Amino acid sequence: MIKKQSLRVAYGEALVELGHKNDRLVVLDADLAHATMTNIFATEFPDRFFNFGIAEANMICAAAGFAHAGLLPFFSTFALFGTGRGYEMIRNSISYIQLNVKFGLSHSGLSVGEDGGSHQSFEDISLMRGLPGMTIFVPCDPYETRKAVFAAAQIDGPVYIRVGRPIVDTVTTPETPFIPGKANVMREGGDVCIMATGLMISYALAAAEQLTARNINAAVVNFHTIKPLDAECVLNMAGSCGRVVTVEEHSVIGGLGSAVAEVMAGNTGAKLRRIGIQDKFGKSGKPEDLFNEYGLNSENIVNQCTELISRI
Amino acid sequence: MDTQQSLTEKARHIRGDIVKMLYTSQSGHPGGSLSCVEILLALYYQVANLDPQNPKMENRDRIVLSKGHACPALYAVLVDKGYFPRSDLWRLRQIDSHLQGHPDSSKTPGVDVNTGSLGQGMSIAMGIALAARHKKADYRVFAIIGDGETQEGLVWEAAMAAAHYKLDNYTVILDYNGLQIDGSNDEVMRIRDIVKKFEAFGFECFKVDGHDVDAITQVLQKPVEGKPKFVCCRTAKGRGVSFMENQFGWHGKAPAEIEYLDAMKELGIDIND
Repeated sequence: MIKKQSLRVAYGEALVELGHKNDRLVVLDADLAHATMTNIFATEFPDRFFNFGIAEANMICAAAGFAHAGLLPFFSTFALFGTGRGYEMIRNSISYIQLNVKFGLSHSGLSVGEDGGSHQSFEDISLMRGLPGMTIFVPCDPYETRKAVFAAAQIDGPVYIRVGRPIVDTVTTPETPFIPGKANVMREGGDVCIMATGLMISYALAAAEQLTARNINAAVVNFHTIKPLDAECVLNMAGSCGRVVTVEEHSVIGGLGSAVAEVMAGNTGAKLRRIGIQDKFGKSGKPEDLFNEYGLNSENIVNQCTELISRI
Repeated sequence: MDTQQSLTEKARHIRGDIVKMLYTSQSGHPGGSLSCVEILLALYYQVANLDPQNPKMENRDRIVLSKGHACPALYAVLVDKGYFPRSDLWRLRQIDSHLQGHPDSSKTPGVDVNTGSLGQGMSIAMGIALAARHKKADYRVFAIIGDGETQEGLVWEAAMAAAHYKLDNYTVILDYNGLQIDGSNDEVMRIRDIVKKFEAFGFECFKVDGHDVDAITQVLQKPVEGKPKFVCCRTAKGRGVSFMENQFGWHGKAPAEIEYLDAMKELGIDIND
């Protein structure tokens, strides 16, 4: 059992494992292999790894070329440069014809920490969610990251896997199911449902635990797939709990909170609170300090849940 | 191999189809379509290994029209090669037509790569060439770019990678007509000595008359080892229709009826053909 690991390391190791099983797999990077951890793959399969230098747009189109030629390309860089700088290449060269290209992008969200706001991506899910047919996985721990890589390889079409930088605790097990588009209920509860994704899962579980001291019974659901979103689960939980709090390490504009709100609108009378980056840019600091300042912690989740329940 | 004379005839008929297509749909890009006709003829009739009966043949050469707005020329050539019926041409850009405003590889038989957003086709073609080498396949990849397109940074990212990976199965063909939407290259954004630029990036470079099919063919067939090839084809935008020739205003404008009739008359094509 792995207790602690960075998702980017889990991603690099999963690529190696997949590489042994699928000889069509090729991995592309843009001079960040030592940060995205695709260097683990490059060491194992040097002739199946391609570095394109600091030129993300070209790497993304090259990945499209590899897919046109029948290979299975995974490309990596930071989430901001991949989905931001590379947005239109992903849209027109890949997504537009549902090309079989996967991208695992690391250093997503606030947890990039010290590198600061220029490198912290809060808009990547929003950008990718607007693309028809795009699958988006946001794994919460190393086990889920590995499963996301293998699930992506099974899907015929573009898949974005959002990978984080910091070392995190495992919150799932190797046996936990990972079905694309199917959210995992990690904790049952009837007073409020905390719908979280990625690194926020562990904070959501801690918050649910703390809420028991206030006699509040919180459910926790892990949305490892943001698109297609498990709408049935959203409506079931909203119906049974009557209150929903979403938590994500991403802007509340366009991410999980927006996706949940879109499903709830007109379909349920349940109340909704969205925790995430509140239409702001990031800044330098230690990840944990930044999480506290931006309200991405169990204390804020507890407070938001409590407040929502106290409102009639 | 088709003879030069029959290809000259073909060029005239392809130009007729381009003009008729644009007139019928009242939409599209005549200037850059008319300028790249001979480039396409050299590729499709003399150079590339293709099988119109089997458009997805694994070992086919790949032709990527990176300047995707010139697709009327491509569509007319694909019809002549037998990829799909000629009557499809008169549904260009219409709803439910497989002939989109810019090439769509998921819809049109014979189109290898979806293009239109400039720079991307050249870069994707580079990726295919690299993939071919990785797979030890011996097909070649040809990317046709426009001169205005070289203003895209992505063109130079792709050029750098092609030379870095020594892709001698990769050829970039420039349709150098000197004009773009807003005016001449020199007015809009000077591209200066484009051949020297590609040379500096590590390409083996050639200059050729872009309306001479045999000359283009000869250059495309010249073997180059250990580096990618760049072929600068000097062309005239709107070539073949005197009032469109070298007029940037005809970049993306469909002919009115009188212009259509004049153009077809000049090309010597019966409009009922």
